[in-house]
Amino acid sequence: MVETFDKPEIRTPENLVYSKTKVLTDNVLSYCPGCGHGTTHRLVAEVIEEMGIQNNTIGVAPVGCSVLAYNFFDIDMQQAAHGRAPALATAIKRLLPERFVFTYQGDGDLAAIGTAETIHACNRGENIVIIFVNNGIYGMTGGQMAPTTLPGMPTSTSPYGRDTQIMGNPLKITELVAQLPGTYMVTRQAVHTPAAVRKAKKAIRQAFENQILNKGVSFVEVVSNCNSGWKLPPVKANEWMVNHMFPFYPLGDIKINGEMVK
Amino acid sequence: MAKITGDIVIDIERCKGCEVCTTACPQEVIAMSKEVNSKGYNYAIKVNANCIGCANCAVVCPDGVITVYRAKV
Repeated sequence: MVETFDKPEIRTPENLVYSKTKVLTDNVLSYCPGCGHGTTHRLVAEVIEEMGIQNNTIGVAPVGCSVLAYNFFDIDMQQAAHGRAPALATAIKRLLPERFVFTYQGDGDLAAIGTAETIHACNRGENIVIIFVNNGIYGMTGGQMAPTTLPGMPTSTSPYGRDTQIMGNPLKITELVAQLPGTYMVTRQAVHTPAAVRKAKKAIRQAFENQILNKGVSFVEVVSNCNSGWKLPPVKANEWMVNHMFPFYPLGDIKINGEMVK
Repeated sequence: MAKITGDIVIDIERCKGCEVCTTACPQEVIAMSKEVNSKGYNYAIKVNANCIGCANCAVVCPDGVITVYRAKV
């Protein structure tokens, strides 16, 4: 008999400190092991549960790794065409202004094909939440170079590293939308350590609470890993993210309550 | 001072063996099993009884497979 180190005597409801939120369904997430998408999904779901807005929230799923997000959130979801999630969210929020509306997008969706929709939704100041998961690569289609790919970063379409002379420069879309008058909150977070996860959850909660104020877009970027795209094991990918992604995409608030922080 | 003890329950069938929880645990309670689950992943297991119920492992788990209990003894 293998020892399991179980303590069944303390497994009572009053001692429960953490369990998976009921706003996430029991479907197994389609993401690779260690992917930040799973953690980000859970944070959004926990915020919805804590605010008690499960029946009053509409999410917009993108195209990309998180295209199946509607299978995982137990809320009303809509699936947008590639990159068009902010436009769809605009329509939903204008037709149903009392609902909480959020989009959940990756960098290939939000910062590449959907740049126009993103910038114009942010510039119009639509009263929505945008959750932007940035892993610097097209994860779903096999690790191709994205607009957010770092200089020198190898991908399947830039195997010798991104040469900015030929392939152009990475796009810091979060800093870009922070300049627009329609954004009320712009922040960049990560989900690789417990402390970072707790901080990211606070930011997402703030973003959802901002919708009640009707002041504009709340934009939360989550810098994430892409283990399969970066060809690294999850823990190593997180280390790589800290050493390479964070110097280029520094974490922290960029715009709070409509005022630039730095 | 009351001593805190904790316990975690790992849903081994949903665990994908990413090992993020093993680096997050301050008590080095979690390691990966030699066996695999039905999907072929080496799942997380407890290797000692030092858990303090801090929930760090559950907070970073991308698949939300860990349930945490904490009690004073």
